[in-house]
Amino acid sequence: MVHPSAMREPGRSGPSEREKDLALLARRRWRVAVALTGAMMATYFGFVLLVAYAKPAAGALVAPGLSWGILLGVLVIVVAWVVTGIYVVWANSRYDTKLEQLRAAAREER
Amino acid sequence: MESALGKPSATAIGFFLVFILATLAITGWAARRTKTTSEFFTAGSKVTGFQNGLALAGDFMSAASFLGIAGLVASSGFDGLIYSVGWLVGWPVVTFLVAEPLRNLGKYTFADVVAYRMRQAPVRIASAVSGLTVVAFYLIAQMVGAGSLVKLLFGLPYEVAVVAVGIVMLAYVLFGGMIATTWVQIVKAILLLGGASALAVVVLSRFGMSPMRLFAAAAEKYGPDVLAPGKLVSDPLDTVSLGLALMFGTSGLPHILMRFYTVPNARAARSSVLYATGFIGLFYLITFILGFGAAVLVGRDPIKAIDKGGNMAAPLLAEVVGGTAFLGFISAVAFATILAVVAGLTLSGAAALSHDVWVHVVKRGKADEREQLAVARVATVLLAVLAIGLGIVFKGQNVAFMVGLAFAIAASANFPALLLSMTWRRFTTSGAVASMVTGTVSAIVLIALSPTVQIDILKHASAPFPLKNPALITMTLSFFVGIVVSLARPEPDAAKKFALVERRMHLGPEAGVDDDTTAGH
Repeated sequence: MVHPSAMREPGRSGPSEREKDLALLARRRWRVAVALTGAMMATYFGFVLLVAYAKPAAGALVAPGLSWGILLGVLVIVVAWVVTGIYVVWANSRYDTKLEQLRAAAREER
Repeated sequence: MESALGKPSATAIGFFLVFILATLAITGWAARRTKTTSEFFTAGSKVTGFQNGLALAGDFMSAASFLGIAGLVASSGFDGLIYSVGWLVGWPVVTFLVAEPLRNLGKYTFADVVAYRMRQAPVRIASAVSGLTVVAFYLIAQMVGAGSLVKLLFGLPYEVAVVAVGIVMLAYVLFGGMIATTWVQIVKAILLLGGASALAVVVLSRFGMSPMRLFAAAAEKYGPDVLAPGKLVSDPLDTVSLGLALMFGTSGLPHILMRFYTVPNARAARSSVLYATGFIGLFYLITFILGFGAAVLVGRDPIKAIDKGGNMAAPLLAEVVGGTAFLGFISAVAFATILAVVAGLTLSGAAALSHDVWVHVVKRGKADEREQLAVARVATVLLAVLAIGLGIVFKGQNVAFMVGLAFAIAASANFPALLLSMTWRRFTTSGAVASMVTGTVSAIVLIALSPTVQIDILKHASAPFPLKNPALITMTLSFFVGIVVSLARPEPDAAKKFALVERRMHLGPEAGVDDDTTAGH
């Protein structure tokens, strides 16, 4: 990153550097978003297809009163919580910090 | 079983009146704070992430899922869980793909985002049509549900219930706008989660606080099949198609998307979906326990004797474990639940009519504050009348499929255009319009030709279209048409403004880098 104070000097490439940083950050956010969406889709469709194709297996008991189907179904709900949590933690720390730096640099330049 | 259900019960009506009075008091308080269009549609963007999380949950958890899933679990066991899981998995997708960009790019409706770099009129009209179609089908399901529910719970006539729901909801939205709607949804979410949890704890206390012992008791009573997949999923293609509608439909529901404008920034939007996902997931886990509890403690035959669909499983369970008072409380909560959902739907419909159609199409973006607010209120009244009318017209019809249809249209008409407008530089006005129109029309036509309508409702022997939910075909088609039309007729203006969209999508409107000076390119 270009130091904010350097950006006030005419002729420096501050704003375009910043554009590039933002584009990079944007790409990273979409990559994280798509990966986590893919993880959620795989989990959910894995679950429903298992239930559709392997009914006896899904009905087999893990413990008295608990079938694989119930256990996995509850796990899908837990996975939904976990992937959402992962995204929020990542975005609140990494993504927001970087955004704040870009905003500060932009304000500095004005 | 002798039940107090269906007789006008003093406790149920008492609880219900307390809820109505409390929410009308909130509405009065909210009305004094609703002076501008932005307060009317977005509560002035002053709702916190946690509050919005509860309100999102309140907007989403319908009486249909509370009563319907508990009933499904009571009558068929495991299968109910497949539904619950499906309703939840759309939420992480909302978090990852739409919540933040939407908050940063839009003002009142999802059309703000799609139309950001396009020609306003065509995109606004197309998205108002697809958005209002989703809202209309969702409203019909809720209003018909409300009428039948009240008849079962309190023994009041259907029409009286529909008109009452319409009038109370109109009072919330017309006077209190988004501020009142938000608080009604928060109160409802707390009551529903609290009531259902209390019921679940009482039920589990009879099984040593162990859900597994409850499930084992059900397996002993009805055979081990209650813990195994049954008839719900038989055709894998059908299952995947329904799964797609549920997974991506949530990201295209206008009343859910609109809630992201009520928070101050993208960070709060993000945290609100995390809370919502938590509450909604918990709710479905509890509903699953209630269904098994009803099967064991009430019994399948008494549940079916009262309502063939099994919808009264949860209220009956409340009566068995907590007496008439608990039954009254749960019944009132179930009804309050409908009011909160209907209010959110109406408000999002009013935003589409006034903000998209009136302000941006009829007045070409030039309408003053007073006029915008006046039009918003007229639109609210029109929608309330429409909701009551539809509720009465569809009396006695099987409308359960309409929620599935609303999700299919949302996933096929709204979601593809929304996603492409945020991620694809070469997306164009014609592409967006074509994609939304294709999604709406194909979803409606294919549902009409599907076994859901042809066999289940019209009682024909077979259906021309094999899938019960068309999302697999219609969502693909909508993406395809949007891309092909965009490639066939490029729109240099829209492509040029994409850089602006990208910047604002991440930095938000409050960022210093968002230059309106570049908007003139």
